[in-house]
Amino acid sequence: MDIIFEYRQILIEGTIVTISLAILSLLLSVTLGLFGAFAKLSPSRGIRRMGNVYTTFVRSVPDLVLMMLIFFGGQALITQLGGVTGLWGYVEINQFLAGVLTLGFIFGAYMSETFRGAILAIPRGQIEAAMAVGMKPGQIFRIVTWPQMVRFALPSFTNNWLVLVKSTALVSVIGLHDLVWNAFSAGRSTHKVFTFMLAVLVIYLIITGVSDLILRWIDRKYSAGVRRA
Amino acid sequence: MENERSFLEYLQHVSENVSPINFVLIYDNIGRFFEGALVTLQLTFLALLVGGLIAVPLAIARAYRKPYLSPAIRLYTYVFCGTPLLVQVYLFYFGLGQFEAVRESFLWDPILSSPWWCVMIAFTLNTAAYTTEFLRGAIETTPHGEVEAAKACGMSPTTRMRLVVLPNAFRRALPAYSNEVIFTLHGSVIASTVTLQDLLGVGRWLNGRYYLAYEGFLTAMVFYMAIVFLISIAFKMAEKRFLRHLRPREGSNLAKAQAAL
Repeated sequence: MDIIFEYRQILIEGTIVTISLAILSLLLSVTLGLFGAFAKLSPSRGIRRMGNVYTTFVRSVPDLVLMMLIFFGGQALITQLGGVTGLWGYVEINQFLAGVLTLGFIFGAYMSETFRGAILAIPRGQIEAAMAVGMKPGQIFRIVTWPQMVRFALPSFTNNWLVLVKSTALVSVIGLHDLVWNAFSAGRSTHKVFTFMLAVLVIYLIITGVSDLILRWIDRKYSAGVRRA
Repeated sequence: MENERSFLEYLQHVSENVSPINFVLIYDNIGRFFEGALVTLQLTFLALLVGGLIAVPLAIARAYRKPYLSPAIRLYTYVFCGTPLLVQVYLFYFGLGQFEAVRESFLWDPILSSPWWCVMIAFTLNTAAYTTEFLRGAIETTPHGEVEAAKACGMSPTTRMRLVVLPNAFRRALPAYSNEVIFTLHGSVIASTVTLQDLLGVGRWLNGRYYLAYEGFLTAMVFYMAIVFLISIAFKMAEKRFLRHLRPREGSNLAKAQAAL
């Protein structure tokens, strides 16, 4: 235990990287998820199909494969594009950006399933009523759809967030100095990998425990006026 | 033969002149990718099999709230479901060597020092934890009438479990289980981080050896997509077969509504 305390600085730094990575990926994934959900519910068949291709693709490719493809392949692609167009030279994608892009892209697909289900759970009559009183589409979304969507989406959203937090561990494989990477290198240099990995497990459990509390609080807020069985 | 040479020449032509992806390299190493796919499938399905066997008794103990046993199992599933699989694999593969006792035990040489076994143990414990939790849910949602009917027929608790509760719980868990299978497959890529040559491992090897950016990962990606596609077809067929009684009858209102969608 003493050794963990001795290395607390590096562990705290890693935890901050992990949490900021998770939160930024969450923001990206919610944005992509909203687009994906509306694409899947769109009246146009072409857009619907694009939404479905997105979610099916993400469901069938493991996260680490996608992350490596974006980190190594994306870098080469952008550099090659720059070479062809002559606009820029060598470009480097850093690990943090690659991590945010990959996790955002992957969880965007899961979020779009979540939001699609939540939008479908809103009674159609309410949206018709909103149209009947002359609300614009933006207003309908803000006043009628969104508050209820949050309520219906929360359980599945919570689940996605917990899986996302766990997936952030993968960025250590492409070399980002996150919690896992820092703890692993500290463990290597002290020959105490087991102790450090146990500490990482505990930190992850704390993160998920705290987010569980926060999400429960949000759930209470958004389910105001709902009668529970 | 004639045909094959012209195909190779065509690949060479495309790779050198048209596309940024070198198809000849992929073609030359395709055998390795199939070997990698075999390792991936072996890891995934062995872990699922053993994990599933462990999960059944644990789920029963959880569902029937056995004192002491149930909270202990809950602790196990909470830790294994709440933390990254990568850390669990590191814990077993890199971590266990920290202890003198483990290094000197008879288990060290054949098992605990080999990456394959460590990955296997971590995957099995992980999938067993997830399976326990959703199987518990399926057992708990057994309609009470079914149990009463079984009691009325004079079945003993074990017979009831074997003939009534478990078969129906498995049926209810089938859709959730297809997700678990796909997630275990996705998780199996972590094997490549501890030097195993699974599908992603072969892709990384190819890229590292020829200093490439896309080819290895793209090929691995196509293989994974094919495997997921096959798994989902298998589960669709299984659902058709085992959940037949839940499908709306032809001509019923529900069937018409589904057909309209």
